[in-house]
Amino acid sequence: MTFQPPGQQGQPAPPGPSSPPVPALSLLGLAKRFGDKIAVDGISLDVPAGSFYGVVGPNGAGKTTTLSMATGLLRPDFGTALIHGVDVWQHPLEAKKLMGILPDGVRLFDRLSGEQLVTYAGLLRGMDREMVASRVAELLAALDLDSDAGTLVVDYSAGMTKKIALASALIHAPRLLVLDEPFESVDPISAANIRDILDRYVASGGTVIVSSHVMDLVQRMCDHVAVVAGGRVLAAGTVEEVRAGASLEDRFVQLVGGRNHTEGLEWLRTF
Amino acid sequence: MVAHLLRLKLTLLRNSVRRSPWQLVGLGIGALYALGIVGVCVAGLFVLRGVEIELAQTVVVLCGATALLGWAIIPVAVSAADMTLDPARFTTFAVPMPQLLAGLALGGLIGIPGLATSLVALATVGTWSRSLPAAAGALAGAVLGVLSCIVLSKVVTTATAGLASSRRFKDISAVAFLIPLVLTGPIVAGIARGIAGSGDFLTGLARALSWTPAGAAFSLGGELAAGSYAAAAVKFLIAVATLAGLALAWKLLLQRALVTPPYAGTSKRRTGGTGLFGLFPATPAAAVAARSLYYWLRDPRYAGALVVVPLLPVLFLFQGSQSGFYGPFQFVGPLTAFLLSWSISTDVSYDSTAFALHVATGVRGADDRLGRALACLSFALPVVVLFSVGPFFFTGDWDKLPAVLGLSLGVLFTGLGLASVISARYTVSVPLPGDSPFKKPPGNVAQTLAVQFGGMAVLMVLVAPEAALVAAQFITGSPVPGWITLVLGPVLGLALFAVGIRTGGAWLDRRAPELLAQLAVNR
Repeated sequence: MTFQPPGQQGQPAPPGPSSPPVPALSLLGLAKRFGDKIAVDGISLDVPAGSFYGVVGPNGAGKTTTLSMATGLLRPDFGTALIHGVDVWQHPLEAKKLMGILPDGVRLFDRLSGEQLVTYAGLLRGMDREMVASRVAELLAALDLDSDAGTLVVDYSAGMTKKIALASALIHAPRLLVLDEPFESVDPISAANIRDILDRYVASGGTVIVSSHVMDLVQRMCDHVAVVAGGRVLAAGTVEEVRAGASLEDRFVQLVGGRNHTEGLEWLRTF
Repeated sequence: MVAHLLRLKLTLLRNSVRRSPWQLVGLGIGALYALGIVGVCVAGLFVLRGVEIELAQTVVVLCGATALLGWAIIPVAVSAADMTLDPARFTTFAVPMPQLLAGLALGGLIGIPGLATSLVALATVGTWSRSLPAAAGALAGAVLGVLSCIVLSKVVTTATAGLASSRRFKDISAVAFLIPLVLTGPIVAGIARGIAGSGDFLTGLARALSWTPAGAAFSLGGELAAGSYAAAAVKFLIAVATLAGLALAWKLLLQRALVTPPYAGTSKRRTGGTGLFGLFPATPAAAVAARSLYYWLRDPRYAGALVVVPLLPVLFLFQGSQSGFYGPFQFVGPLTAFLLSWSISTDVSYDSTAFALHVATGVRGADDRLGRALACLSFALPVVVLFSVGPFFFTGDWDKLPAVLGLSLGVLFTGLGLASVISARYTVSVPLPGDSPFKKPPGNVAQTLAVQFGGMAVLMVLVAPEAALVAAQFITGSPVPGWITLVLGPVLGLALFAVGIRTGGAWLDRRAPELLAQLAVNR
């Protein structure tokens, strides 16, 4: 892991036998301001290729904004984002071919059936029909959605909607997966299935970035983690390095602070 | 407890206004509108004081029955039931049932429809202030009648809550509601003619209704004014029994609804195949076209526009048959071309943040533009040609056909091209996905108006050559400009269409993330 100070600009070294491997995602001084609020305050982060990377942070930490800027959905005010050495904002089409995105808090084309939505995502990427059809069938089966393939997405439950969005992000076999809150409202069985899929994906050389505020999940699932709060990276590295012997949750609370040890509420114990 | 519920309703009303000054403006406009209608009704009811009892009784009873019908149907039909005091929100508070019912019923009076109905009903006291018993009867009738209206409305909305919360019902009712709205003119004309022709029938209808729950309450004043005390006593019993029966029904329905929340059941479907996605070529532009076509069919916000289209010739034909002049009817083709082509100027705004998929997949701007335009064109072209040719079968003025057809095609292609440019750059505020097409959209109204009217002005300029040629033929009577239009319209239109797709595509390639950010503001 490398952790550069905010604002440091630089070009990635061209891949070669002598140079270090190109990171799957490299953020350099990314910053974004909404009106008076600085949402992201110069985040720099390298995600090594082949890692399972967790991004954790309290609500409003800037996780979603950072990931949106890294994936070409939101133009940063400052900084660059490189996907396997390709600049997202200079060469968006090339960069977008390399990654699959599960954005948080955006709608889907929910008047399509689940099957149609994933097919649509594949066709938009310019894939040929046979490949799309076979992959859609496999993805729906893997995510336990095949019994609802023909149901309109608008009638799906929240967890099913997450899963169909994940399938849309996977259809073109990207080298990097950026998943914003992928396990929110997903039932435990499906979550376990998704974890299996992601583990195998990482084992075969893919890179996964997930954001979450479930520390336990990140500690069990990821090999790397970055703690983000107030638009800055507080700590980043392998999970072992960051948690430094404590549990990730305790370390997170220690880093971010803000636990209030409330006195009072005694009446709550009086019944 | 009843007072608590009423205070809650008032607080909710006040807070909804406090959220933005525009809410207050909206409420003010609604109140003014209602005040105008109430004023006319009240004045009319006082005028009825001077006419003979039979006529006044007919009007009052029929209007009362109509109000009852309106309170029963309208909240369900427009999915606009006043849910500020949704009984489901009180389930955890253990409010005793009688107090809950009384509080909710009286709470129904607070708000524009409740107040307007109450005021008009009380004005019937003015109609029957011919003697003390008659006025007292009218007052009792007004109270019973208004309460019946509100309780009936609660019964209907509670009974259909499960139905009304299902997406399919919302979709269909929102679109179906448009049909009578568009045809208001012909319907009102038809009813007016019917009333003019059958005064006796209405008197009979009112007399019959006054013996039923629908009209008993509002007939009390008239019966007492006519001196038929026995009939009045029976009708009073009918009215009281009606209110009691409705209240009982409401109580039973509510008791059941409170423990069985509505379940928007949906049928699982294993696979529907990929439909149009399998039929169209496997290219990004064709995929966008297939997706857009599904939205034209499945999304009530689009389908609403489609429902209006077949009604257009009906309206113009009706207008022509009334006046004997079919001039405007000849131009139903260009008008339809304008409406349909312009409808895609809000396409990206309708997508809302689902547009993120297009940004994330890196679909080329030109493919996005072309797909949306082709989807619209696939049904707009045949419809526009049909509507351009059709009217001439009625008018027989065939030498104007080339001009009108040329203008239609010119407007259609130019409009699609221009709309492709506009929706690549500007968003407008539209109802969000899943909302009723009638719901007031969130967001910047001023920008919406500027974009829409500015765009239409540009469109006028772009189709000016065709329009000028059509005018030339209508003025000079020479067929030559018409034939030129028939050639010029499609040629110029297609050229502008191509320019529009390319320009819009280039803008989208450069600014798709900014467009997405604008859409995200109103999600």
